[in-house]
Amino acid sequence: MGDKRMVKYVIKRILWMIPIVLAVTILVFTLMIFCPGNPAEIILGATATEADIAAKTEELGLNDPYLVRLGDYMVSVFVKHDLGDSWISGVDIMGSIAERLPRTMILTLITLFIAFGLGIPLGIIAATNQNRWPDNLSMLIALIGVAIPNFWLALMLILVFSVNLGWLPAMGIDNGIFSYILPALSGCMGALAGCARQTRSSMLEVIRADYITTARSKGVPERDVIVKHALKNALIPIITLFGSTFGHLLGGMMIIETVFSLPGMGTYIIGAVNNRDYPIVQGGTIFLAITFSLCMLAVDLLYAAVDPRIKAQYASNKKVKKTKKEVPANA
Amino acid sequence: MPEATMTAKSPKTKARKNSEFLRVLRQLSKNKAAMIGLVIFVLEIIIAIIAPLIVPYDYTMLDMTNCFATPSLAHPFGCDDMGRDIFSRVLIGARYSISSGVLAVGIAMIFGMAIGAIAGFFGGWVDNIIMRILDVIQAIPGMLMMIVISAILGPGFVNTIIAMAFGSISGMARMLRAQMLKVRENEYIEAAVSINCSKLRIVMSHLLPNCMSPMIVQGTMGVAQAITLCAGLSFIGLGVQPPTPEWGAMLAGARQFIRQAPHLVFFPGLAIAITVLALNLMGDGLRDALDPKLKN
Repeated sequence: MGDKRMVKYVIKRILWMIPIVLAVTILVFTLMIFCPGNPAEIILGATATEADIAAKTEELGLNDPYLVRLGDYMVSVFVKHDLGDSWISGVDIMGSIAERLPRTMILTLITLFIAFGLGIPLGIIAATNQNRWPDNLSMLIALIGVAIPNFWLALMLILVFSVNLGWLPAMGIDNGIFSYILPALSGCMGALAGCARQTRSSMLEVIRADYITTARSKGVPERDVIVKHALKNALIPIITLFGSTFGHLLGGMMIIETVFSLPGMGTYIIGAVNNRDYPIVQGGTIFLAITFSLCMLAVDLLYAAVDPRIKAQYASNKKVKKTKKEVPANA
Repeated sequence: MPEATMTAKSPKTKARKNSEFLRVLRQLSKNKAAMIGLVIFVLEIIIAIIAPLIVPYDYTMLDMTNCFATPSLAHPFGCDDMGRDIFSRVLIGARYSISSGVLAVGIAMIFGMAIGAIAGFFGGWVDNIIMRILDVIQAIPGMLMMIVISAILGPGFVNTIIAMAFGSISGMARMLRAQMLKVRENEYIEAAVSINCSKLRIVMSHLLPNCMSPMIVQGTMGVAQAITLCAGLSFIGLGVQPPTPEWGAMLAGARQFIRQAPHLVFFPGLAIAITVLALNLMGDGLRDALDPKLKN
């Protein structure tokens, strides 16, 4: 019974992606129309004659009504899987994205693992020593982590590790995994702080539960009590945080990428904005938005899958559906 | 007669509001970290206001003899690539950075709260439509949305603020709506409805004031975020443009000299970090002080 509703929710949630993706495409397309400058002029450069510009405008279909242009774009994106070509270099955008997206993904994943690999232990230390100095120190680290702007930290890390010590490369991706270390370190602080705080508060909630007292009283070593009994139960909000942080880092690492000249999605889009190469901005934004929505979909499904309480709610009554919908909204 | 009731009523409500405000203030004053944050932030605002009076040098003054001068007594933070005094520029920059954060969050709050209040109060299909539109907008990562908007509007101080405000409206709206749904279930709302209060009155004087606590906390944290974001946008060349001494724009200008003169990069970033830290400390304190569970 409950499983059936669960399946129904999952299917509904996945189907909901379709209108979202379509609407995002329409929204981005419509917004980009308001970009300053005539595309034909941008493509042909300053030396073009008026006749050339007029011909190019016609060729690009810029004289067509809005709905026709929108329709053409939607067909080319969703039917032909073609995001168009760059205005400046003429290179196919889909191909460039296919080349760059993996780099952004790798960077985001490394950043996430550093953030959660350090954030969870920090949160545990804080929770098990509540209101003593390790707690205060951990939370101070978390506070500072949020406060430091990541692009500034990136510059400082370059200064120390590349310029002064010469240990790590300051730009590009020619050094394999080493090229990703500094960008990941500078981008992870915010996520690390969020993770440490979340771990601390959900550990504190769990640590006073009866079953923890039971575990202690039957002589389970303290280490096992914390890791096997407390952490396991405190992990649910942390798992969902993992998912949503991944989604946010996809957008958040854009500036970091430009600092390190790492040829990922961020440098691609920001570079295109500065060159007024709008098809790239448009295509890149739509692509990242779809990736982001998929992440959020995964988070929602993961949330429903890992939390037995939500499963139980689904099994018990129907009205819960409404509150369930709010969960991803607030997350 | 109505006048009499009015005068009898207003001092009473005023006293209640005052006591609530004072309670929060008292709670806040017990929190050392929050007070440190508050003091730092208030100091920064004062500095921002009186900056033109206290800066040791004109922030636009070029002095080619002092290019890349390292920090000294005459120039506490050193000089930049054109010999401009960085200390003066950081002080003036506080005006741009702090006001951009406060304005962006202020605008986002006004629009976000209006949208959220409409969705939360009317419910039904109005709510449904608004929430679905917000779903679509939020499918685009916030940073990306701001980059796209600033690409369309072009760089500049005002445009950056609009871009940032637009990017955070949906979050604010969602939050207020969630809060409204919670508050709407209370008995005093039912009472207000039963004595035939107008809808506007219910929303303005019963629902909204009781939804404010999380919004205030969110607003405080939001200003901190907006200051970082504004600096970030300026840093990649989309926000405020050099030579305006906004902190992010200063970083953007100084970035190419990081090898020769790291102090150019250090101080504006430190200013951002301190401001954001102060605001976060304040926000944390406010969250505790406004938490009804901790009331005693």
